[in-house]
Amino acid sequence: MTARDTDWDGVRLHVVTGKGGTGKTTVAAALALALAGRGRKVLLIEVEGRQGIARLFDSPPLPYEERKIAIGLGGPEGPRVSGGPGGDVYALAVDPEGALLDYLEMFYNLRRTGKALTRLGVVDFATTIAPGLSDVLVTGKATEATRRRQKGVHVYDNVVMDAPPTGRISRFLNVSTEVSGLAKVGPIRTHADTVARVIRSPQTAVHFVATLEEMPVQETLDGIAELRAMTEIQVGGIMINMVRPAMLGPDDLQAATDEAELATALKAAGVNGDSALPRDLAAELAGHARHVELQDRERCELTAAGQPSYELPMITDGIDLAGLYRLAAELRNQGAA
Amino acid sequence: MSHASGRHGVTTPRLEMDRIIDDRRTRIIVCCGSGGVGKTTAAAAIGLRAAERGRQTCVLTVDPARRLAQSMGLTSLDNTPRPVDGVDGTSGGSLHAMMLDMKRTFDEIVEAHADPDRAAQILANPFYQSLSSSFAGTQEYMAMEKLGQLRRAEEWDLIVVDTPPSRNALDFLDAPQRLGRFLDGRLIRVLASPVKAGRPYMKMLNAGLSMMTGALTKLLGAQVLKDAQTFITAFDTMFGGFRERAESTYRLLQAPGTSFLVVAAPEPDALREASYFVERLDEERMPLAGLILNRVHRSPAARLSAARSLAAAETLEVMPNGTGAADGAPRYTLAAAALRLHAERMNLSGREQRVAGAFTSAHPTVPVAEVVALPVDVHDLAGLRYIGESLANQSQAGSRAPLR
Ligand SMILES: Nc1ncnc2c1ncn2[C@@H]1O[C@H](COP(=O)(O)OP(=O)(O)OP(=O)(O)O)[C@@H](O)[C@H]1O
Ligand SMILES: Nc1ncnc2c1ncn2[C@@H]1O[C@H](COP(=O)(O)OP(=O)(O)O)[C@@H](O)[C@H]1O
Ligand SMILES: [Mg+2]
Ligand SMILES: [Mg+2]
Repeated sequence: MTARDTDWDGVRLHVVTGKGGTGKTTVAAALALALAGRGRKVLLIEVEGRQGIARLFDSPPLPYEERKIAIGLGGPEGPRVSGGPGGDVYALAVDPEGALLDYLEMFYNLRRTGKALTRLGVVDFATTIAPGLSDVLVTGKATEATRRRQKGVHVYDNVVMDAPPTGRISRFLNVSTEVSGLAKVGPIRTHADTVARVIRSPQTAVHFVATLEEMPVQETLDGIAELRAMTEIQVGGIMINMVRPAMLGPDDLQAATDEAELATALKAAGVNGDSALPRDLAAELAGHARHVELQDRERCELTAAGQPSYELPMITDGIDLAGLYRLAAELRNQGAA
Repeated sequence: MSHASGRHGVTTPRLEMDRIIDDRRTRIIVCCGSGGVGKTTAAAAIGLRAAERGRQTCVLTVDPARRLAQSMGLTSLDNTPRPVDGVDGTSGGSLHAMMLDMKRTFDEIVEAHADPDRAAQILANPFYQSLSSSFAGTQEYMAMEKLGQLRRAEEWDLIVVDTPPSRNALDFLDAPQRLGRFLDGRLIRVLASPVKAGRPYMKMLNAGLSMMTGALTKLLGAQVLKDAQTFITAFDTMFGGFRERAESTYRLLQAPGTSFLVVAAPEPDALREASYFVERLDEERMPLAGLILNRVHRSPAARLSAARSLAAAETLEVMPNGTGAADGAPRYTLAAAALRLHAERMNLSGREQRVAGAFTSAHPTVPVAEVVALPVDVHDLAGLRYIGESLANQSQAGSRAPLR
């Protein structure tokens, strides 16, 4: 891999959160592509059982199994050009049930018992009444993949997790505390502590996806504050998603409403509109100027949080693989990966 | 063009918001839809409009944006409706608003259904605490419970409810049953049985169960199992009451005094959810009043097409500097940018119309109201009033730039 520095060089587990619908799944996938430079292997994990990754990559539903889903972004000039092809991106949809079976097998060789527990609805029970228990199983799978080694080397260079939304993220990551309310001793408790050690290490960073709107920005700031209060959890970058290009510079936006000038220009361009057209175009421009102003304010609020931030463009007409590579290239060019 | 009619054609009926809120028989309005589309905003706007048209109105919101909550005085979280300042009461109406506190609502039900000792025992149980603050359907369930309480209080003649920010619009119809099913589930019965000695199914306490409790104890420690059993046994006495309440609220939603409004943004995901919801309401025989298409982009200069606008921009961009006025070149730059912006707007609005058109042709009888995307967030009464006005006044909605 290149010796290029990124903003998150020591990080191996990237957790991606954000307000619902702002683009967590999309950005997590783009980040995985960007991290999978030549010779690198990245695992993209989904935890909410909604098959968002499969839908995004246009593939059949993912089983509970690590599967190759894409080739990473070639480097460093963009997808598969001069730098050669990127490495491999694997994907995994974790569900608490599969994670429990894994856990029982890995630590106790108890897969049969696990199946029986599942049949009796123990897993359903845990996910509904004690989400802390199922969270620890799910985050446990992610930390296990992060630490997994074969012949002394890490199997995955990076793990990217499409995590629950901002409102749930601090509980989700606060595994050992959430579990300790329920299980004071016992193997689950010990397991939770191990998971917590990885999450609360410099190997892990939590990134926030936001759009330049009031509620996503507010949730991001609240989420960052919550994580900062949980010492040792590393707050990562802010991915500002779906940014529309500003059509005009700030000065133009200020001066935008001179109707007489617009009328002259329209005539010069041969547009024979009615006499109200300059006024209506000016009104449209004024609305745009206010919107841009609001977005700038939201952007300032986000950057005031003091974390590195990255801007990802709005991709019109839907996201396909090409769109994902474009977002991945943005992330890499801006130093996120 | 007259925007709304050009789009929906003659066949799509308009939503008549004022007829609904002026009709005294309308007692409950439910705003539902997927997350972030504007349910809370619509509920607050409709509540304000109804109050200013003379109804004694209460708005039950779930998750208002911070500044909107402040402007409605929703800063104290005491789980009861408070009067909203700044409402025009000259028509004799009034507006109360509250923000749902789901844990507190749950605690109150427990307190109402169990004797004080048992209630205290339940409230202190770690499983109850986990269930009441994080079970995926609790918020939906508690919103319905609160609606039932407000309705039974008979203090308001119109209640407007916002629904929780589920990513799935249907969660809110399904959650009460899901919680009920869960509390009635097989595992819960099994877990509860060892401490309910004498019950017939104690006899079935077989090898399977002891293996399971053994494994659970091994994994979680004995205390966890004991807590779970205590919780379930204590809760058991309340199941019946819970079920009954959920069912009575469900019936309330089917009653003729209820109107559902489905809110959606003109985007494929949101409208797909809206479609499911419309079909589901029909199956459940719940009265749908219409669709609110929120955050629609429309141009006041729609008579200039995207193609012509772009062509004009290009013409201006290649014009030599210095023609026309003394400093003509920078002016043309500005005009060219304005034309490019307009073209982009027209394309966006065309995409939105296509997406919305797919919905209206699938559901031609569902009345629709459009609300334009304001350039700024809606966070004060003036903004809400504007939204309410454009909801009611569909013929001219969006034809002018917004207020402020
Ligand atoms: N940069 C972008 N440009 C255009 N569309 C985007 C962009 N990022 C995301 N989207 C679109 O926004 C929608 C929501 O994105 P996504 O599913 O990634 O969000 P999410 O945060 O994972 O949502 P959820 O909270 O439901 O899991 C999708 O339709 C996606 O294609
Ligand atoms: N027509 C509109 N124009 C501009 N902003 C809007 C409009 N409707 C809603 N918003 C903004 O969108 C955000 C989400 O709205 P909200 O009503 O909270 O959605 P929901 O309750 O469906 O999650 C809020 O910041 C709100 O101010
Ligand atoms: Mg997602
Ligand atoms: Mg809301």
